[in-house]
Amino acid sequence: MRAYTDKKDAQKKAYYTDRYWVAPQVPKSTVESDEVFAADLEAIKAKFEVIEAYIQVKQMVVIIKPEDNYGVLEVLKDECDYTQLSEMSAIDWLADKGQLEVFYQLLSMNKRKRIRVKCFIDQGLAVESVNPLFRSADWAEREAYDMLGLKVNNHPFMKRILMPDDWEGHPLHKSYPLQGDEFAQWYEVDKIFGKEARDIIGPENRDPAMVDRYDTERFGRLGHEVPRGAEPKESKGPEPTTPLAYQEEEGVFMIEKFDEEKSVVIRDRDR
Amino acid sequence: MAQHQVNYMQDGGLPVALTSIDKLANWGRSNSLWALTYGLACCGIEMMASGASRYDFDRFGTIFRSSPRQADIMIVAGTLTKKHAEFIRRLYDQMTEPKWVISMGSCANTGGMFNTYATVQGVDRVIPVDLYLPGCAPRPETLQYGVMLLQKKIRSEKAIKSQKPKRLM
Repeated sequence: MRAYTDKKDAQKKAYYTDRYWVAPQVPKSTVESDEVFAADLEAIKAKFEVIEAYIQVKQMVVIIKPEDNYGVLEVLKDECDYTQLSEMSAIDWLADKGQLEVFYQLLSMNKRKRIRVKCFIDQGLAVESVNPLFRSADWAEREAYDMLGLKVNNHPFMKRILMPDDWEGHPLHKSYPLQGDEFAQWYEVDKIFGKEARDIIGPENRDPAMVDRYDTERFGRLGHEVPRGAEPKESKGPEPTTPLAYQEEEGVFMIEKFDEEKSVVIRDRDR
Repeated sequence: MAQHQVNYMQDGGLPVALTSIDKLANWGRSNSLWALTYGLACCGIEMMASGASRYDFDRFGTIFRSSPRQADIMIVAGTLTKKHAEFIRRLYDQMTEPKWVISMGSCANTGGMFNTYATVQGVDRVIPVDLYLPGCAPRPETLQYGVMLLQKKIRSEKAIKSQKPKRLM
């Protein structure tokens, strides 16, 4: 064995910091490098203002103003042959910019091209629903509302899609705690028993590592079952072995006593 | 014509068995535990396997029913989400007394791996539970053993007593 030397908590200190680290980015190219995309971009630019456009991983990304989203998608559908809205949702940038990023992923089966239309919308403002253009936006917009609080105007059935109707908050916000806010943690208790039951039922146990060997209120160990709330057997040393007990000692009325000695373990599965 | 052999040397010479009402009623109850079909997640697959021919729950008298009004036990097999919590409570309330609950698998016991905002952290926050089965998911043998333990528990109870409704609180 090596002689002990004091390492002075070397692992506690950051021994390497890269002051010049830059987050890696997927390379972008100009729209002019692709004829099809260039024509599509011209069609959009003829009617609407384009804030930024580039090609990334063979897909064109167009950033537009949020109030133009319906018009731009209409142009892309009717004039540029992008017939499918394969996905739409939003990204939470509320902490950085106070904005939600809304994206529409479009696919043209004839051109074999994909376009992503993006816009940034301030918190509290609403985008126009694209449901009349693409039916696939129906549930996607409901999900974006449910999970991120994206407000959508003129949606035919704007209702939460995943969470319960009376839920408070939008769980995919970056600010939403993973284990839920107070409303979420008491949701089922409040709803079923009422707020006054909180004291009786108690808070949730969120410690996944909690193991209580002598817990007889809830989890007796398999093969060591005891009645609820029984006095735990204090034992020092190894746990005493208790045989599996399927039946009471004195036997059961009209049922043959199970004899472990006589039971057969079938080894041959195909017998 | 059926020939009945009567052993006159046994039981006072009469073809009868003597027992107490408690034992008789509990024998009936514990051997016809009709379970409410309550597969919520992957544990439900194990529960189905327990009911199918290889493990064969029918020989225990455990027959799956699709209506809470015909069920004696509720086997909560799977993750209980907060959205579903009120429905499990409603179905439990619709079951007739006497009734028992088996919480099957880690998710139903404690919320399991789903330590999140949308999962009820243990089904015993909503309904009273008689038996917790560990495992993720428990094998059909474990569920069988659990049902046998529940039978044992039922046999130890007094059959004729005032039916006090089970309450969580």
